[in-house]
Amino acid sequence: MKVLVTGITGKLGRLVAAELLQAGHELLGIDRRPWPSAPPGVEMFQVDVRKRPAEDVFRTRRPDAVVHMATVTHLRHQSPDRFRINLHGTRAMVDYCDRYAVSQLVFVGRHTYYGAAPDSALYHAEDEPPMGLSSFPELADLVAADLYAGSALWRHPQLATCVLRLCYTLGPSGRGTLGSFLRGPRVPTVLGFDPLFHVMHEADAAAAIALALERRLHGVYNVSGPPPLPLSVVIRETGRKNTPVPEALVNLALGRFGLPRLPKGAVEHIKYPIVVDSTAFKSATGFAPAHSELDAMNEFRGASHPAYEASSR
Amino acid sequence: MLYRGAHGTNRRVRVVSATVRERVERLALPFSPYGVDPYGIDKRALAEYFSRSEWLYHNYFDVLVVGAEHVPASGRAMLVGNHSGGVALDGAIVIASGFFELEPPRLIHAMLDRFLASLPGVSRLLCRVGQFTGLPEHAVRLLEDDRLLLVFPEGARGTAKLASQAHTLVRFGTGFMRLAMATRSPVVPFAFLGGGEAIPTVRNLYGLGKLLGVPYVPVTRYVLPLPRPARLTLIYGEPMRFEGTGREPDDEVLEHVERVRARIARLLEQGAALRAGRLRESEIAFG
Repeated sequence: MKVLVTGITGKLGRLVAAELLQAGHELLGIDRRPWPSAPPGVEMFQVDVRKRPAEDVFRTRRPDAVVHMATVTHLRHQSPDRFRINLHGTRAMVDYCDRYAVSQLVFVGRHTYYGAAPDSALYHAEDEPPMGLSSFPELADLVAADLYAGSALWRHPQLATCVLRLCYTLGPSGRGTLGSFLRGPRVPTVLGFDPLFHVMHEADAAAAIALALERRLHGVYNVSGPPPLPLSVVIRETGRKNTPVPEALVNLALGRFGLPRLPKGAVEHIKYPIVVDSTAFKSATGFAPAHSELDAMNEFRGASHPAYEASSR
Repeated sequence: MLYRGAHGTNRRVRVVSATVRERVERLALPFSPYGVDPYGIDKRALAEYFSRSEWLYHNYFDVLVVGAEHVPASGRAMLVGNHSGGVALDGAIVIASGFFELEPPRLIHAMLDRFLASLPGVSRLLCRVGQFTGLPEHAVRLLEDDRLLLVFPEGARGTAKLASQAHTLVRFGTGFMRLAMATRSPVVPFAFLGGGEAIPTVRNLYGLGKLLGVPYVPVTRYVLPLPRPARLTLIYGEPMRFEGTGREPDDEVLEHVERVRARIARLLEQGAALRAGRLRESEIAFG
């Protein structure tokens, strides 16, 4: 099968590419960032998913399936560009899939969709609406992209659409949304709060995405591996130092004293848990994680952290 | 043995009594190698919490539990009872009774008012010991997982009872009954007496509460809502089963709710007689 992967140069994109190559698929890669060391079997197009050259890839190469991962998921990154990439990029992908008779679309979203709040339930099921939008409007673009991709399920019934909501990933790459929060030696927490964090190994996440493609999943699925752990345990097991800050001072302290910068609403995400129920995905695919939470944290601990080293230099 | 708990290994470990340690080991909870269950319940936090409540339960208060054999030793059940004033002391004592009186000990999950989850410190402690916000999603999940759920159908209307109203019942919600029917969970009715004597609330300050981000601030005759070493009585009645789907019309569900309410009212009457010496323990009718 000819599979187009957008956002292929990212951490998870490369891992998914490796999985799909191993399964014998022919790969097309789209990313704004170059991937000079792309393995043979991947035809790279260094273009923007929203621009005309991206559509040309569909027109000339005719992929059978698309794995759409070109979304900005950082809790830190703020720019109007992010909104355009996440929502308009997703819209473009759905349109191209329909226009060029692609048979399968896998949208890789995040479990942060559900939002973190004092009255949100542990173990979110797929039918729950997003809750955290009022406290964390910066997340609106990801939520909109997720719902837009889901709408392809009824708008384009001939296209097998699968929306995945992945929990946090950690691993030897040292990257990812949670990875960048944990990149420094000191990790801020809110004094008196220690929420559960749902973490899986990045290799398992890539395997789950490949599996969704393999099984031609249709619908919305949460993806997680091992059970969640308290944030304090994640910090300790990744060799970081837990730095509790009283809530009133959190916004002052972030971005200073070697602590990462976070938008205001992200503080809710270190106060309250986001934990997902992935029973539906596991029973539809037979997915079982190959790595424990301990492996994920240990391998992250041993990773070099280019982002942190570059910014502290 | 020290529990490698959620809060780091170098933190000083508080004294954990041998009884509590042994009972925590016998809790049927699926702890991970970190001593954390899938809901984030922490083995070490449990041991510390129950070590503290052990003294209050056995020494400070004079607690009498009758009919604990009516609480199932395994499988799901919903413990449904009255608030007896005194803020949330009744809930804490019921949870302690599940740990200290049942064989094997069981962890009872209360369904809390949502404001508690946003209080620093309180939030962390409560979720470490398995006490979650009262959401239908939590209730269904815990019952489907064959756990014990503690429900006060009087809700916040009930915790706000003044000392003078302690042994009365206010209106019951119907949500608990629909949940019990939908999850096919037996309802174990219970009566709690003495909360109003432990914390004799004479007034609730709603305005001050609003400023502090809590529903109200209780005021006692001696101002602070600190519990006095009162006599507390907890009577568990026989389990009641209700057939149905939980989607029945309101009047049908209300009938079931009334049966539970009447059962609790009867247990309360007998409890009052027991405390007044007019009734012996062996004479209590649990059904």
